[in-house]
Amino acid sequence: MSGAKADPRFATTAGPPRRRMQLRWSDPNFRNLVWQIVVVGLVVLVIGYLVGNTSRNLAARNIATGFAFLGRVAGIPIGESLIPYDPATSTYGRALWIGVLNTLKVAIVGIILATILGTLVGVGRLSKNWLLARITAVYVEVLRDVPLLLQLLFWYMALQSLPAPKQSFHLLDYVYLSNRGFKLPVLVWQEAHSWAALAALAGIVLTWLWARLATRRQELTGRRPPVWPVALLLIVGLPVVVWATLGAPFTLDKPVLRGFNFQGGATLSPEYGALTLGLIIYTAAYIAEIVRSGILAVPNGQWEAGGAIGLHRGAVLRRIVLPQAMRVIIPPLTSEYLNLTKNSSLAVAIGYQDVVSIANTTLNQTGQAIEGIAYIMAVYLTISLSISLFMNWYNAHIALVER
Amino acid sequence: MNTPASATVSATQNLPAPTRERPPADVVGPWAWARNNLFATWWSTAITLVLIYAILRASLGFVEWAVVNAIWTVPQGASGPDTSSCRAIKGIGACWAVIGEKYRFILFGRFPFDEQWRPAICVALFIGLYIVSAMRRFWRKELVLIWVVVLAAIGVLMWGGVFGMPYVGQDVWGGLPITLILSTFGLAFAFPIAVLVALGRRSTKLPAVKLLCVLYVELIRGVPLISLLFMASVMFPLFMPDGVNFDKLLRAQVAFILFAAAYLAEVVRAGLQALPKGQMEAGDALGLSYWQKTGMIILPQALRLVIPPLVNTFIAFFKDTSLVLIIGIFDVLTTGKIAVSEPTWQGFSTEVYLFLAVIYFAFCFAMSRYSSGLEREFSRSRGR
Repeated sequence: MSGAKADPRFATTAGPPRRRMQLRWSDPNFRNLVWQIVVVGLVVLVIGYLVGNTSRNLAARNIATGFAFLGRVAGIPIGESLIPYDPATSTYGRALWIGVLNTLKVAIVGIILATILGTLVGVGRLSKNWLLARITAVYVEVLRDVPLLLQLLFWYMALQSLPAPKQSFHLLDYVYLSNRGFKLPVLVWQEAHSWAALAALAGIVLTWLWARLATRRQELTGRRPPVWPVALLLIVGLPVVVWATLGAPFTLDKPVLRGFNFQGGATLSPEYGALTLGLIIYTAAYIAEIVRSGILAVPNGQWEAGGAIGLHRGAVLRRIVLPQAMRVIIPPLTSEYLNLTKNSSLAVAIGYQDVVSIANTTLNQTGQAIEGIAYIMAVYLTISLSISLFMNWYNAHIALVER
Repeated sequence: MNTPASATVSATQNLPAPTRERPPADVVGPWAWARNNLFATWWSTAITLVLIYAILRASLGFVEWAVVNAIWTVPQGASGPDTSSCRAIKGIGACWAVIGEKYRFILFGRFPFDEQWRPAICVALFIGLYIVSAMRRFWRKELVLIWVVVLAAIGVLMWGGVFGMPYVGQDVWGGLPITLILSTFGLAFAFPIAVLVALGRRSTKLPAVKLLCVLYVELIRGVPLISLLFMASVMFPLFMPDGVNFDKLLRAQVAFILFAAAYLAEVVRAGLQALPKGQMEAGDALGLSYWQKTGMIILPQALRLVIPPLVNTFIAFFKDTSLVLIIGIFDVLTTGKIAVSEPTWQGFSTEVYLFLAVIYFAFCFAMSRYSSGLEREFSRSRGR
């Protein structure tokens, strides 16, 4: 093949010479152009027809298009919100933003806990213990074959049929479980706590730097300086010292039963609880399958090779098997995270006010159907793209580096 | 060494049969099995004991609730069934009477009571259609014909108006047939669209068409199904000219078709990508046109490759039909929820939800077993 370069027959492998397109049906380029014009033209026609109808219908119903309604007072009662909200004065824009925050609150907690539960179940299915492997298999099979909406309705009903606040379950001091939700005390936030949080953040950064230093040292000398004690000292010790030097303020806002309900403290509402619980349990079944197939995709020889070079089992798992399994796991896991986020929109069926629920109320009140749906789509597309981008970055980070 | 082969054989045959020693009891038998699989290490033993305790407690509690303390029928009072006996044991025993009284409503919704044999036959036809489609000996072109005939027969049975069957409007259809109609018709119409979109997304010569297909798939897959259903129920009337109004069920069906087509298109695309390029080039070498190549060479191979993921998509799609509850269409989940919202039966939703879960589970479990069986079969032929 070394002579091939000199061969004149191979000299023009850059492709056939460009031919001018001829305006004849027998020319494939011309045909392709015509087909594209036809298809795009049809799509444009259909969209134009729909837009024409819509604008006529909107004009007939006296609905002004545009997002001006976002500045009007909403008057939607919202049960739980992360930012201050008052139905009498707050706008639709703020209400919809609360919806986004509520969606994120479900999605983030759901993704983290579903990953943990799913990994445990997935590893459990590979366990040498027959009973554990069977039970986790049954868990996966049953949960995947019953619609999520039915599961959510079930969890919601279960949480609602808990006893009333007066007879609530008293789990720990100031922790109550009743049909009004899960009540727990919260820390009254003071300045010292902010400083302590800042110190913890600094500790994490310093630990990361120390770990890098340790790795470099290990590569040079073969000995790894201790990392865990340093990490403990920096991440836990430093904030505690900061907090203690600032006077160690500690007051709790405790829930107290007054009349028929609790006052004070933090609440996890039954709606939020049912939605998050249902999503975690349902998605974990899918994640378990992904984790299991990822671990199975690593050949047994990798374990054996790790053992042969003298690594103990934990080190083989951490340094050899998991990094390879992750490459198989990450892409389907990403789409599972996206599914969980999209499934959180089922909140509307059990009365949790996520972005879909609030947008639906908004469009029923104002008639701004197109804007409402556009808002929902924009929010979900943004969330989906952010998750995809992050996971793609992570995937590229751990991908196999080839020549 | 010089002995003839026959002599060796006869010598071997004349030897007394060796007395086989049984392997020791701690290598085979149930005890050895239990020791290896349940009590191998102290950690495994702990897990086993905890699990056995949890399973025993949960299943005993469930049996007590669902069987021992359960009430199966309730007496008929002056104004309908008398559920006081059920209310007395609420939380202690199940009240299966709600299923006995309400199963016709849950399964067939508000369909006229005397005509409910029609949706019942439809459900049977649907199940028969699934079974026939699952059998490999029917995987040929005639299957399309079977689908058309059966779906038409289902339409005739549901609507009526011919053969002496009274006409029944779509507004009173409900229950299990709606779930099956939404998923099956959705799949039947979405599939051809999905194939076209997947081909469009793979095309290199038609960039504009490719862009349209990518936009369609990514937009639909990026948003939750709920928002599409809201769109169908709120925005669709706005899209239509004045006076034209589609039925709510049909609008939901259109939303489902659009939704399913986007997901199926990605599955089909995976199959197209898995085919080696040589197949297309071989078609070119034979002088086949694009559609001949696609129809006779590419699609038959690509679709066969993706049957297991297609079945999985169908399972997901089947479960997703329950979302029509939110826009108020009477599928089997909605009828179940309405059945327990009656004052008489309020508070017995656990029983109804379990009943519905069993129905959904039966369909999905059958499909998922089938899909994993196919997957094993396909991977076996690949592994040779």
